[in-house]
Amino acid sequence: MVRIAVLRGPGTNCDRETARAIAEAGAEASTVSVLDVESGAVDLRSFAGLVIPGGFSYADRVRAGAVLAAKLRTSLRDAIEDLRSRGRPVLGICNGFQVLVELGVLPGIDGCRAALAPNSSARFEFRWIHVRRVGRCRLSAGPDVQPMPVAHGEGKVVFSDPRCAEELESAGLVAYKYSMPDGTPAGGIYPYNPNGSEADIAGLCSPDGDVLGLMPHPERAIHDWQVPSALGPAGGISIFNVLVNIASRQMRSEELRRI
Amino acid sequence: MADAEDAAAIEKYFASLGRKPSEAELRSIAQLWSEHCRHRTFRGRVVGPDGTLLADDLLSTFIGSVSSAPWVISSLRDNAGIVEFTRGYGIAVKVETHNHPSAVEPFGGAATGVGGVIRDVLAVWADPVALIDVLCFGPPDSPALHGALSPRRVMGGVISGIGHYGNNVGVPTLAGAVVFDGGYLGTPLVYAGCVGLVPPGGYSKDPRPGDVLVLVGNRTGRDGIAGATFASSALSGDIKSLRPAVQIPDPLVEEGLVRLISAVRDARAATGVTDLGGGGLAVAAAEMAHEAHAGCELILDEVPLREDLEPWEILVSESQERMLLSARPEEAGSLMTLARHEGLEAAIIGNLTDSRRFRALYRGAPVVDVDMDFLFHPPRLTRTAVPHVTESEDEPLLDDLRDPGAELLRLLSSPNISSRERVLRTYDLGVRGNTVVYPVEDPAGGHNDAAVIKPLDDSWEGIVISVGLRPRYSRLSPYWMAASSIDEAMRNNSAVGGRRISLLDNFAWGSPERPEEMWSLLEALRACRDFASGFGAPFVSGKDSLYNESEYGPVLPTLLITAVGVIPDVRRALTSGLKSPGDSVYAIGVTRAEMGGSEYFEMKGIRGGSVPKVRIDESRSAMECVIRAIDQGLLTASHDVSDGGIAVAAAEMAISGRVGLELDLGRLPSDGTSRDYQLLFSESNGRFLVEARAGADEELEGLMRSVGCRFSRVGSVVREGRLVIRGSRDVDLGLRELEDAWRRAPW
Repeated sequence: MVRIAVLRGPGTNCDRETARAIAEAGAEASTVSVLDVESGAVDLRSFAGLVIPGGFSYADRVRAGAVLAAKLRTSLRDAIEDLRSRGRPVLGICNGFQVLVELGVLPGIDGCRAALAPNSSARFEFRWIHVRRVGRCRLSAGPDVQPMPVAHGEGKVVFSDPRCAEELESAGLVAYKYSMPDGTPAGGIYPYNPNGSEADIAGLCSPDGDVLGLMPHPERAIHDWQVPSALGPAGGISIFNVLVNIASRQMRSEELRRI
Repeated sequence: MADAEDAAAIEKYFASLGRKPSEAELRSIAQLWSEHCRHRTFRGRVVGPDGTLLADDLLSTFIGSVSSAPWVISSLRDNAGIVEFTRGYGIAVKVETHNHPSAVEPFGGAATGVGGVIRDVLAVWADPVALIDVLCFGPPDSPALHGALSPRRVMGGVISGIGHYGNNVGVPTLAGAVVFDGGYLGTPLVYAGCVGLVPPGGYSKDPRPGDVLVLVGNRTGRDGIAGATFASSALSGDIKSLRPAVQIPDPLVEEGLVRLISAVRDARAATGVTDLGGGGLAVAAAEMAHEAHAGCELILDEVPLREDLEPWEILVSESQERMLLSARPEEAGSLMTLARHEGLEAAIIGNLTDSRRFRALYRGAPVVDVDMDFLFHPPRLTRTAVPHVTESEDEPLLDDLRDPGAELLRLLSSPNISSRERVLRTYDLGVRGNTVVYPVEDPAGGHNDAAVIKPLDDSWEGIVISVGLRPRYSRLSPYWMAASSIDEAMRNNSAVGGRRISLLDNFAWGSPERPEEMWSLLEALRACRDFASGFGAPFVSGKDSLYNESEYGPVLPTLLITAVGVIPDVRRALTSGLKSPGDSVYAIGVTRAEMGGSEYFEMKGIRGGSVPKVRIDESRSAMECVIRAIDQGLLTASHDVSDGGIAVAAAEMAISGRVGLELDLGRLPSDGTSRDYQLLFSESNGRFLVEARAGADEELEGLMRSVGCRFSRVGSVVREGRLVIRGSRDVDLGLRELEDAWRRAPW
């Protein structure tokens, strides 16, 4: 069984259900404290993959607290780059997506910087929405259209350049888009697009396909009982299945190469 | 008068010691003896105007006597009540008020209220799994009264404070209510509750003399000084000057405490735990020593400080996010290591002793040295209760309605009935991934009667959380107000499938020194005993918050009842939205001409009338019908009938399900009604509207007959998006119209 790290820092609070989803997908989930990463007690590079779960203040700290931010920026960025260089997958959910964007890991193409801006509604919002799987990300998975909840105040994807959305889309790097329940584009219409994201973008993929980040919470849409009955079956597990499959395959091939 | 008696007792005690009390002693005693900490009124005597004894120890008489049931593990003793869940797991639950701080500084006051109640649940070694908040404000359009913030300001701050704290800590806010009434203008109420899960064998406390005391979490500062005494007196003067009594919230530290307490429990690294709440370290350490039948010695120099403090300030500061643990000396090291791993500061600040004295040292000299017995036995108070005449019980009879549809639309957009969606969505309702029934149902955004969570990965059993409060009925009858609140909390719970219910009582009253307040408190307590006993639902925890007064008088007497039930299989839990056209809709329970205190009379400006009664047998069998029908899979939707009566309940079910509904008023089980408006809008207790699964009508009717509840098939779900209620004049409204009215929140 491969081991996937679930990173938790002060204020991360979705690590429990994220670890549970990983376990249900057949991997061993190790919840790793940022403090242990900083102190060197735990080496993120020893894991077959990394998931940065949702939560609150971690990204805020990356932005705000100068010393800590610098430390985390380097150690976390280095660890992510190392995992990627070996083709091991990295997934960021909600605040984890914000972290990946803050670190510049996503969107990861020249000339485009992204940010997760305050929702157009200007407030934190919990809501079940639908996402449609698009693009060519090897980490994105699941039914074409599926329900997931969003729970954030800052999830509006905006870009440094108005052409970025189009560029990312044509490169197949937009992985999930907010949609109407039948899969047609949300077209920026609230509440189907819950935060005003450009081009209805809900998730982005890195060009090498190793990093996926998304605002909605697949780990809260694993079982039908978690999903309001009018919204259709749960499909969130597929993202974790693919993550675990890719991580397992990668570990096997690394193993073979060593032999 | 308590103050004079207390002063005399303190003087006498220190005279017997042959010395004067220190400032630290006086301040600590004031906190320990406060209404907030010692429940002086609830533990005291009450006499009538002629001096006859009406009750001796209210808490034991009216709540303690109805606090046991086979599933109760701990009631009314520890920081939270604990009941059995399943397979050795316990459900811990606690509800607190944070009224004064929220009136003065709404954001911080409400946020620290949430933080405090989470720590109450941590203090019985539970993992928090859900939050509850119930908010009572003045009418949304009222201007600010002199010396107070406007209801809108208070509401905005309180709601964002709750969201900020709960969302950051990572506990879903799942149950609650928002109530508006002129009786809250000077004194808004903020109730915060927390439900936790205790793993098998996790609830164990064995603090002993010799154990070290370890303080973990935030540093101690000058915030929240003397909060317990602040909470035990009326709000007065310029509220800005009261700011220092309000604490500063830091949910990040709390999140660390949540993880630490769970780790310490699992490692069995401590022998006891308590939170630092009202009265700060003095109260926490004294109560822990008391529980251990021991004394304690604190070294105040060891307490990590945020700023220079006097010794008395260290003792009574209410800086947030701190907990006190006791541990065998040899375990202290591993405790400190666990705290460090969560990035939390921890310090050994003293130990439990076998002296039965409370001692605190500062720079080597004692600043507090008093007997534990003295600390825990303040003089008993005697309060006076005088019945006061309530408004007329006679039910005024109005002419019947020309346009019942227009009345329904007005009711739907009234402050107490309209959509709470905008508030609910600012709370994270799904964090932890265990929510089954959400308070707001997507996609339509309708409201469910109770929340359901499934906290264990390998069990289908769920916890059902609901609340009930009917404060407006206080003006007519505090007794039936309390009874109706219990009925409402329980039927909300039953509506989604909850049973084996345990209750919490949270009283928010004005000054108990007013005889009429004392009388209404006594009436409400009497109803608590009568109906908890009648329903077989024990009180496992509660709190009294007295002195909710401002220069505009006492608060509207408000009893919040929280109900915690269980459901054997969460997949059976029901939501309130109608599901399928063609299904039959049944009314369960009897509608009566009980319009007193109703939303309809409020809207019409009519005070008085007959307040809804609770008929235990009727309510019990109605709840049993619903629960058994849910268990047998006969229902697809269920909704309790409450504010605004049958008409509002029907509209809510249609809005939430996005389908139409046709009802016939003439078929409603009723008793003594003579007008359509009574059938439409009466708030009689013990009633439900339910949707039967297609083809299950006969089986459902057979079941309801065998249980013996009053029921009738009153209509059916229809494809066309209209609500039609046939009466002498019909209600006939489009869903869009209904929804627009319901969403037209006046706040």
